[in-house]
Amino acid sequence: MSAPPSTTRRNQSQTHRQSRRGTEESPLVKWLLITVALSFCTVFLLLPLANVFVQALAKGWSFYVQSLTHPDSWAAIRLTLLVAAISVPINVVFGIAAAWCIAKFNFRGKSLLVTLIDLPFSVSPVVAGLMFVVLFGAQGFFGPWLEAHNIKIIFAVPGIVLATVFVTFPFVARELIPVMQATGTEQEQAALTLGASGWQTFWRVTLPSVKWGLIYGIILCNARAMGEFGAVSVVSGHITGLTDTMPLRVEKLYQEYNAPAAFAVASLLAVLALVTLGLKTLLEWKQARAYERALRDSR
Amino acid sequence: MSIELRNVTKQFGQVAAVSNVSFSVNEGELMALLGPSGGGKTTVLRMIAGLEVPTTGDIFIRGQRVNDLSVQERNIGFVFQNYALFKNMTVFKNIAFGLKIKKWKRADIKDRVHELLQLFGLEGLEKRYPHQLSGGQRQRVAIARALASKPSVLLLDEPFGAVDAKIRQELREWLVTLHHDLNVTTIFVTHDQEEALEVSNRIVIFSRGHLEQVGTPREVYETPANEFVARFIGVMNVLDAEVKGGVARVGELQFPAPGRRDGSKVRIGFRPYAVQISTDLTLYPYRAVLRHTFFLGIMLRLELELASGLILRSRMTKEEYAQLGLEDDREVSLQIRNFRILSSDTSALSPEQEVQHLMPPTIGEHI
Amino acid sequence: MASKRFNALPGFGLTMGVTLFFLSAIVLLPFAGLVLRTLGLSWSEFWGLATTDRAMAAYRLTFGASLIAAVTNAIFGTLLAWVLVRYEFPGRRFIDAMVDFPFALPTAVAGLTLANLFSANGWLGRFLVPLGIEGAFTPLGVTLALTFVGLPFVVRTLQPVLEGLEREVEEVAATLGAGRLRTFASVIAPSLLPAILTGFAQAFARAIGEYGSVVFISSNKPFEGEIAPYLIMMRLEEFDYAGAIALAVVLLVFSFVLLIVINLLEQWASHFEH
Repeated sequence: MSAPPSTTRRNQSQTHRQSRRGTEESPLVKWLLITVALSFCTVFLLLPLANVFVQALAKGWSFYVQSLTHPDSWAAIRLTLLVAAISVPINVVFGIAAAWCIAKFNFRGKSLLVTLIDLPFSVSPVVAGLMFVVLFGAQGFFGPWLEAHNIKIIFAVPGIVLATVFVTFPFVARELIPVMQATGTEQEQAALTLGASGWQTFWRVTLPSVKWGLIYGIILCNARAMGEFGAVSVVSGHITGLTDTMPLRVEKLYQEYNAPAAFAVASLLAVLALVTLGLKTLLEWKQARAYERALRDSR
Repeated sequence: MSIELRNVTKQFGQVAAVSNVSFSVNEGELMALLGPSGGGKTTVLRMIAGLEVPTTGDIFIRGQRVNDLSVQERNIGFVFQNYALFKNMTVFKNIAFGLKIKKWKRADIKDRVHELLQLFGLEGLEKRYPHQLSGGQRQRVAIARALASKPSVLLLDEPFGAVDAKIRQELREWLVTLHHDLNVTTIFVTHDQEEALEVSNRIVIFSRGHLEQVGTPREVYETPANEFVARFIGVMNVLDAEVKGGVARVGELQFPAPGRRDGSKVRIGFRPYAVQISTDLTLYPYRAVLRHTFFLGIMLRLELELASGLILRSRMTKEEYAQLGLEDDREVSLQIRNFRILSSDTSALSPEQEVQHLMPPTIGEHI
Repeated sequence: MASKRFNALPGFGLTMGVTLFFLSAIVLLPFAGLVLRTLGLSWSEFWGLATTDRAMAAYRLTFGASLIAAVTNAIFGTLLAWVLVRYEFPGRRFIDAMVDFPFALPTAVAGLTLANLFSANGWLGRFLVPLGIEGAFTPLGVTLALTFVGLPFVVRTLQPVLEGLEREVEEVAATLGAGRLRTFASVIAPSLLPAILTGFAQAFARAIGEYGSVVFISSNKPFEGEIAPYLIMMRLEEFDYAGAIALAVVLLVFSFVLLIVINLLEQWASHFEH
């Protein structure tokens, strides 16, 4: 294309700017809004993130590695992984079961059930922990019985797992229900007419069609399970090397005025958060595509 | 002259949505912008409204160049295909919106809105919200809102696109009546030839950003400017012929083509009604077999196969058909009363199949 | 969908059984325990425990800081959602993904890093503290932490609404003579309001229950820097179960009221949709 004379071009751009005023913000307003929004993000998102890593490495690599390999920190890392390894599968089993009966069947009290499943999200983590202390603590309902049978739940790993399962309870179910609803029941019914058993239908038809939703739920559930602080703090008893998870370890180091070590452990959790975000973004893209496909197929 | 476009071009990136379009609309006219989707007609409408800015060229409203006027300053009424009613406002507030902006007095607003409610048969609905209205009512609210502050021109984008076929016919008639009563310059966009032919005073036909023809419904139907228009408005037989000795030949058919070079290729076009048929095999010069008869209400469409294999389309009324005692596979003689040698300069872009699928088979049969 | 009786799919009994078992064991049983213990208290006992001076100070800080944080999020969240949906700028997709960062980051880490940022020699504190703006170990810090944890709510509830807005509605307002500001105020804002309020209520509810991030950045001193969840923690450490339960019930009641409000808001939001 040949370049128009410069005067024409100036007139054109002027026309553009003036007439766009009608349905769009002026460039000045637009960039002002962007600047304010980005400043807000910088203060509340980017600086806190960057600060974690800078503070963690403030005393150098060897101190960083030392902080992480300290026996108590190492124990905290192992406990966190253990708790996640128990509570995430529980959540998956529950989530799939709940999504199956809620998404594929109609029954009375369905919306009540959905509300109850979502309930843990609206309970303060500290209150959640307190509930388990009320049940299983020394003065709790089952306290004397547990003591008589020498079973420890509160101030021990089972209590931490219970509290974690409570706070993560809705994650998988809430992701799976809409996806399973969108895929409808025709595919499963088709599989049944072809002679597949219920299990075969589930493994070969249902699960593949909801796998991205499931993985998404697992990722969110895992992040929360590893990072939970309040509920776990109530039931753990803070026994160093035994019932301290990583977030509790961060708090303890911070209270011991060992901020660099606290940041070192925190940096691992921040990496977990970043990985979670990355996978989540990736999955949202995939899930959106799977969802659209499912919607199309079910029509 | 109410509206005039002079050499208007609109580029979106490298793509020209509208190229070098000029036409004018007279005061009080009801004008249709017609063309297949992607033809640039909606872009033209939006440029008149000021919702898009022409890349080059000028737009005039009542003699004033409006290129530099914002949407707000142009005093136009615009009705979107999906009506774009304000969901959070009642019917009354929707219609009153533009008047409030223009700082009308409360009492005047009330009078004007009630006048419009009455005119549009919307009395009693003023307190309803858009989601409580039927499709037809929503459209009337949208048009009333656009007309409230007495705009110099009413612009409608596919006004009948979003309603079902039954209501569409009523709405067309209603729009014609409304236009007749208010006499406001109106431009509407449509992809439906029948709608354009039935409703408008004049039609502007677009394809791929180019203006193909401007004319009254009769003009564009009877004297299409080119092959695209001929095919887009109604059904047409189009044949590729070669000139030899001043006569264009295709198969056994011959058409006088004086002044054309020997060996040159021309396209011959004629409407189905130009094909005359007789069961007297000696009456007309060509012989053909009636292959199929399509029943389209009172009109019939006939598909005729010539000895050379060429297929022609003809049409007639049921009575004529019965009179002739026609039936499928009957041999007939035929002649072609009048035809046009099509100028195909701009229609190189429109291969046969593509034009045909845009064209509902019944179109043209009603005319 | 067909009703249960006519559904050919198997597994309803099994999955319903598993669901109800876990729901009862993990959620309903603990709730029942708390309710039973609460019912064991007389009304005056409960009222006395729930409204001690120290508790009242804790409520004031909790609700006050949460309210300010939620309002901040309503304003900046709306702005951020608008900018992310309507404008194209470098880093838009990255910022969009980062909005969920407060959901993904363990609250303890958030509290730790925010306390450090706003402390006298932190990246922000070194400029703010000399100006008299002390973020660490103050009620302001509590508000900052609560703003952080509630940040995604308004943005995420608003984004789909903004994406779903018909541009034609804004254009029609322009053809009727409305300027940009007028269009925003009378046409756009009313459509956004239910979503903004929903996000606001969610952020508020979240802030009221928040514990992890606040304990790091607050002074945690009685009457001064104690939020209600922290006071529950203190009561538990003193083995004052009744005191802890009374406070917990107040928080729970408040959460449920907000839950109902959020549901009503969502219904309202869908009211204008067809």
